[in-house]
Amino acid sequence: MRRLTQLSAGLGLFALAAMAYAGPPVEGALEKSATNWHAIIMFCIFVTMTMGITYWAASRTKSTADFYTAGGGITGFQNGLAIAGDYMSAATLLGLTAMVYGQGYDGYIYMLAFFAGWPIILFLMAERLRNLGKFTFSDITAYRLDQGKVRTMAAISSLTVVCFYLIAQMVGAGQLIKLLFGLEYNVAIFAVGILMMVYVTFGGMVATTWVQIIKACMLLCGGTLVMFLAFSQFGFSFQTLLEKATAVHKLGDKLMYPGSLLADPVTAISLGLGLMFGTAGLPHILMRFFTVTDAKEARKSVLYASGFVAYFFNVIFLMGLTGIIIVGQNPEFFEGGEIGKKLIGGGNMVAMHLAKAVGGDMLLGFLAAVAFATILAVVSGLALAGASAISHDLYARVIKKGTASEAAEIRVSKIATICLGFVAIILGILFEKQNIAFMVGLAFGVAAAANFPVLILSMYWKGLTTRGALWGGYGGLVSAVLFVLFSKSVWVDVLGNKAALFPYTQPALFAMPIAFLLAYFVSKSDSSARAQTEIEAFEDQYVRAQTGYGAASASNH
Amino acid sequence: MSSAMYERMRANPKFQDLVARRGRFAWTLALIVLTMFYGFVMVVAFNPASLGKPISEGSMLTVGVAAELFMFIFFWALTAVYVKRANTEFDALTQEIVKDAWKENK
Repeated sequence: MRRLTQLSAGLGLFALAAMAYAGPPVEGALEKSATNWHAIIMFCIFVTMTMGITYWAASRTKSTADFYTAGGGITGFQNGLAIAGDYMSAATLLGLTAMVYGQGYDGYIYMLAFFAGWPIILFLMAERLRNLGKFTFSDITAYRLDQGKVRTMAAISSLTVVCFYLIAQMVGAGQLIKLLFGLEYNVAIFAVGILMMVYVTFGGMVATTWVQIIKACMLLCGGTLVMFLAFSQFGFSFQTLLEKATAVHKLGDKLMYPGSLLADPVTAISLGLGLMFGTAGLPHILMRFFTVTDAKEARKSVLYASGFVAYFFNVIFLMGLTGIIIVGQNPEFFEGGEIGKKLIGGGNMVAMHLAKAVGGDMLLGFLAAVAFATILAVVSGLALAGASAISHDLYARVIKKGTASEAAEIRVSKIATICLGFVAIILGILFEKQNIAFMVGLAFGVAAAANFPVLILSMYWKGLTTRGALWGGYGGLVSAVLFVLFSKSVWVDVLGNKAALFPYTQPALFAMPIAFLLAYFVSKSDSSARAQTEIEAFEDQYVRAQTGYGAASASNH
Repeated sequence: MSSAMYERMRANPKFQDLVARRGRFAWTLALIVLTMFYGFVMVVAFNPASLGKPISEGSMLTVGVAAELFMFIFFWALTAVYVKRANTEFDALTQEIVKDAWKENK
């Protein structure tokens, strides 16, 4: 294990050095290097600070509970910030600003759908999650069911979601660093992957949580500042802003109408379902509920998290709208200096250009460092969730059947983190050309169909049996992945076929019912003796879910 | 041992009371959110033009933007209401139930 941490420390230093070295000289031009240095210095401060925290966290990460859930000692406010940090990824900042910039009101609808899942999670899930779970959400689905089979299923679907989400984050990282540091896309992807491995293998959940908290604060401040400066150019008048924006935008008056993104009812509803219930099925978000002391703190974390998320989405809406005029009417930000051509750095760079336009190189540097920090933090959270599915579920419970030592389990999760880091790097390179906000939508669709139905049924429906859970889980997973595979975004755009086999881009409306119906009917038809015991075991689980008696408690240090 | 504890808690009328009251409260709030949100999605799907209309003559603020802003604030207010009641009233009741079960244990 020692060797592992040394190795990852070495890799981290290498990544830092590569980044500091490969910064300005590649770009060449003098005025460009000024921009780069601001960003590099701020980013280095962030990395130094988080490395310090990781070093401190490493000394506190001894048991599996420390590694997976920071010993369960995080407060509601801290966890709220960390959840908000997990949720407001770089895809959110860059992708949604770009979506408002390009599609206007559609972006705002998207954001409400992202947000609306939070109250539902609080009302129906938060306290039961905390009362029943320990390290991963499979602790809940497998609570009274067959450990081996159900955990394997939950781990596979967790890893699928993690991979989809990682693609979105890695692609965002590559584009951003390419623009900002003048680094090659592939080199940027490697840097992110390697830094992430260091945070997670060294510091586990303690480090990941603090990286997330620091980053969430930076993101909230940075976004607010850019919005404030940009909005001040319109005298803080929404009226003036919209008059100017609709006058110059290619959509004209249609800017504030629901438009092309949600062209047909099926897509709109499917997207709404996927984003709302996907949130409730994301493994790295669910995992955060196990880091707090009790159900009381779990509820508070949702209150804080949803407050920050709601606030920030409205900030992004204003950033996107002001960008239409401040960025969209400034030839400096277009390739070849011609308005209407491609934006420099690609469509997702609106937020960055906006920061430069209203606050100069200093603010651009800050926001770029924030965005980079965001990617690192979210990728770390994802890697930890993926690694815990491998080590806690697959290794410790399925392969070793609960006999693995804590040290062995932690070692496996560190190895798994490093493997996931390389998977993320490869996927990031493969998916360079995809729209990143869209990839997040896909991750949510799979989470909504594969994780959420079995999780909610296991908590609420006494009749769920192992057989039903397996059919529901695998059914949801396979159908969601197939729907995505056969949709236009993969079948046509990636694989180069002529026409899509599945006409819609959002899988949730179709895959969720498949999962629920399979789980229901297979459980109902399951008359084995085992099913009978599982159904009877629900009573005790129910009392624990309601009262928290017997729930995993915080470790004492 | 803990199964016996669970058994006693379940038999406690306070437990039934807690489950019924909290369940009713949580589901009511959840249904409000779901109805409003999916109602809104239906409008987006079937009558998008109505959302683009200005809220009053000459104003650039549209019905859609106003409705969404309201939902952002209202949904968050509902979470605050739930957390307040769950962390005081319901948690106190829960503690009583666990305490009662311990007492019977002795």
